[in-house]
Amino acid sequence: MAGSGTAHLRDEDDMMIRVENLTVQFPAKGSNVVHAVSGISFDVRCGETLGLVGESGCGKSTTGKALLQLPPPTGGSVQLDGEELTQLSRPEMTARRTDIQMIFQDPISSLNPRRTIGKIVAEPLDVWGPTARDEQWALVASILDAVGIDPEDAKYKRPHEYSGGQCQRISIARALVMEPKVIICDEPVSALDVSVQAQILNMLEDLKAKHGLTLVFIAHDLAVVKNISDRVAVMYLGKMCEISDSDDLYAKPAHPYTQLLMDSHPEPNPDAVIDDTVILGGEIPSPIFPPSGCRFRTRCESADDRCANEEPKMSMISDGHYVACHHPLVEPVS
Amino acid sequence: MSSSAASDSRALLSVRELRTHFNVGDHAVKAVDGVSFDVQEGKTLGIVGESGCGKTVLSRSIMGITTASNASTSGSVTYCGTELAGKSKRELRKFWGEEMAMVFQDPMTSLNPVVRIGRQLTEHLRAHKDLSKSEANDLAVQLLTWVRIPEPKERLSNFPHQMSGGMRQRVCIAIALACSPNLLFADEPTTALDVTVQHQILNLLAQQQQERQMGMVLVTHDLGVVATRTDDIAVMYAGKFVEKASTSALFSGMRHPYTQSLFWSIPKTSEPKHTRLSAIVGRPPNLAALPPGCSFADRCPYVQPICREVEPELQTIDSHSFACHLPVGSSDAEAALSANISAGLPQSKGAAARREAHQGTLT
Ligand SMILES: Nc1ncnc2c1ncn2[C@@H]1O[C@H](COP(=O)(O)OP(=O)(O)OP(=O)(O)O)[C@@H](O)[C@H]1O
Ligand SMILES: Nc1ncnc2c1ncn2[C@@H]1O[C@H](COP(=O)(O)OP(=O)(O)OP(=O)(O)O)[C@@H](O)[C@H]1O
Ligand code: SF4
Ligand SMILES: [Mg+2]
Ligand SMILES: [Mg+2]
Repeated sequence: MAGSGTAHLRDEDDMMIRVENLTVQFPAKGSNVVHAVSGISFDVRCGETLGLVGESGCGKSTTGKALLQLPPPTGGSVQLDGEELTQLSRPEMTARRTDIQMIFQDPISSLNPRRTIGKIVAEPLDVWGPTARDEQWALVASILDAVGIDPEDAKYKRPHEYSGGQCQRISIARALVMEPKVIICDEPVSALDVSVQAQILNMLEDLKAKHGLTLVFIAHDLAVVKNISDRVAVMYLGKMCEISDSDDLYAKPAHPYTQLLMDSHPEPNPDAVIDDTVILGGEIPSPIFPPSGCRFRTRCESADDRCANEEPKMSMISDGHYVACHHPLVEPVS
Repeated sequence: MSSSAASDSRALLSVRELRTHFNVGDHAVKAVDGVSFDVQEGKTLGIVGESGCGKTVLSRSIMGITTASNASTSGSVTYCGTELAGKSKRELRKFWGEEMAMVFQDPMTSLNPVVRIGRQLTEHLRAHKDLSKSEANDLAVQLLTWVRIPEPKERLSNFPHQMSGGMRQRVCIAIALACSPNLLFADEPTTALDVTVQHQILNLLAQQQQERQMGMVLVTHDLGVVATRTDDIAVMYAGKFVEKASTSALFSGMRHPYTQSLFWSIPKTSEPKHTRLSAIVGRPPNLAALPPGCSFADRCPYVQPICREVEPELQTIDSHSFACHLPVGSSDAEAALSANISAGLPQSKGAAARREAHQGTLT
């Protein structure tokens, strides 16, 4: 059985999202499959932000899309506010999209090039929102303004007339316009300079405080993730490595992969040096033929026979801090 | 405006007074408005600046990649002594590939969504190099291995949507490097990469620079990346370079208030979660209706009446250029800031809070 266990799931009833043993596979050449997501579990409380970090290609976007059943996962359970989404018919799921929205990773290409920005942002409203034009426009204009896009320009300009970061903010506006309960944000600030990024992150924090917005926040910038997240989950090659309160994770990373990530974070200081020997070692594993046992073992300094033979399960390091590793860097509480 | 870059015989690229304006109705959107700089062999110029300030339009204009039908470009661009301005699209195309290449900000703008990755790579290779099909195929696999894509052979049959965002981005880097360009424009090349793979890819670029003296223009929002991977940094605001210096000089003493304010917004892993981030107040000016004077005036903590009347010239002191009437670190700037703080000017509040938190010094 693949799966890193569910010891870290919280057995409480205010969970907005509860994902158990989520598995997503894609067909590859011949009868092979790509093991994009292999039995991961997590939960997100109402009004909480879960950060999701991990190596490029480890399955973060696939996880995010699987929450919205895009496409429906190969296996496992996804509950939104107590309702099992994997059992819903397509029209039923479409109706749930008023509650759960996604900001997709590639900002420019995820916007329809032929429509004006005003129309793109108003699109979800046509189906579910107020239908009166002036009411729609008032809403669209206020949200565009909040993300720093001039609403008057947006009436006639199309995506190619905007910069990368402006398109990203338009995607954010489109997700916000429905006032959803949950937003899956896939690299939502990667094209923004740090000042506009700060405005957007502060705005999301305000929405969280005001409306109890729940966020799943996928990003590569470790400082951004720490800032916005209540908890952070670390993924590697389709598996969950570690999950913890964000302050605790950064103070005491327990998984060797988490440590590797932290060591690779470039500090804004020209004298900072990153140790190449730590980062460059080991073989890049394949998602089609993932390593046995722990999937990180081909790059892990602590790997031994046990790591090759037995898959590590999530176990508690301290209150709320869980790791799936046979040789964690922090000794678990007994 | 005076140009900051001294001419150098080894400059791969010299850009002088480059302007790209978009005609919208009876207005001109001044996306790039009089930019000058040089790129030397083997060196990296980092460009940072606010979202929408003109960084992408600048790179595309230099390469001669049309941004839009309503664009008009002027100024001079010399590549290895050859003037590119005024050349036709067909002539410029000859420079793409072996001479200059670009990694585009959104990978999907350069990848064809309905063509397999392998075909896109091999067609590009064969258009530029005299290779048989199987040689091109082998080289494609090698390029994907370089950019650390697992199962490279298998991946050749993938369509772009079957790859992760970071893999697509790495394919674009592979395509740009395929013909060993002398000059690379990398527009946010690592935004979809985790820090470990990012480090490896930046090492790969650095290696190309060392081995072949490739020059690079690196546009990025990641101030950790610019700090550690560039020789010089240009800070762009509203279509202009407002500061330019060697990377070490910039980090040890930034002179433009925009640069300083930008750095104040960096989130830090050392701060606890949910720390309120400091953003620059207000918004950048409308590029179709720039105010007289300094374009940062409405947001600047140091602003004085002269800033709204006279546009500051780019001045250079010890190879450090900046365009500001009250450069950070000068006594005039200190006095102006104190006056603005006492007057309760909204845009000086952030600086006031910082001063207090750091016992009187602004760092
Ligand atoms: N439609 C698909 N068909 C086949 N394989 C796919 C498909 N979508 C994703 N994959 C594969 O699934 C794996 C996980 O991809 P995913 O996009 O989830 O990664 P990611 O963690 O978001 O990476 P990045 O940080 O680079 O965006 C990759 O190996 C990818 O190639
Ligand atoms: N075809 C066009 N017509 C009108 N304005 C345009 C057009 N293309 C770009 N612009 C504007 O020109 C400005 C510069 O755009 P550019 O893409 O160069 O920004 P950027 O600095 O790369 O920003 P980012 O960091 O967000 O990618 C933007 O404000 C954009 O809205
Ligand atoms: S120690 Fe073992 S289990 Fe832990 S990361 Fe390394 S290989 Fe995996
Ligand atoms: Mg992704
Ligand atoms: Mg850009």
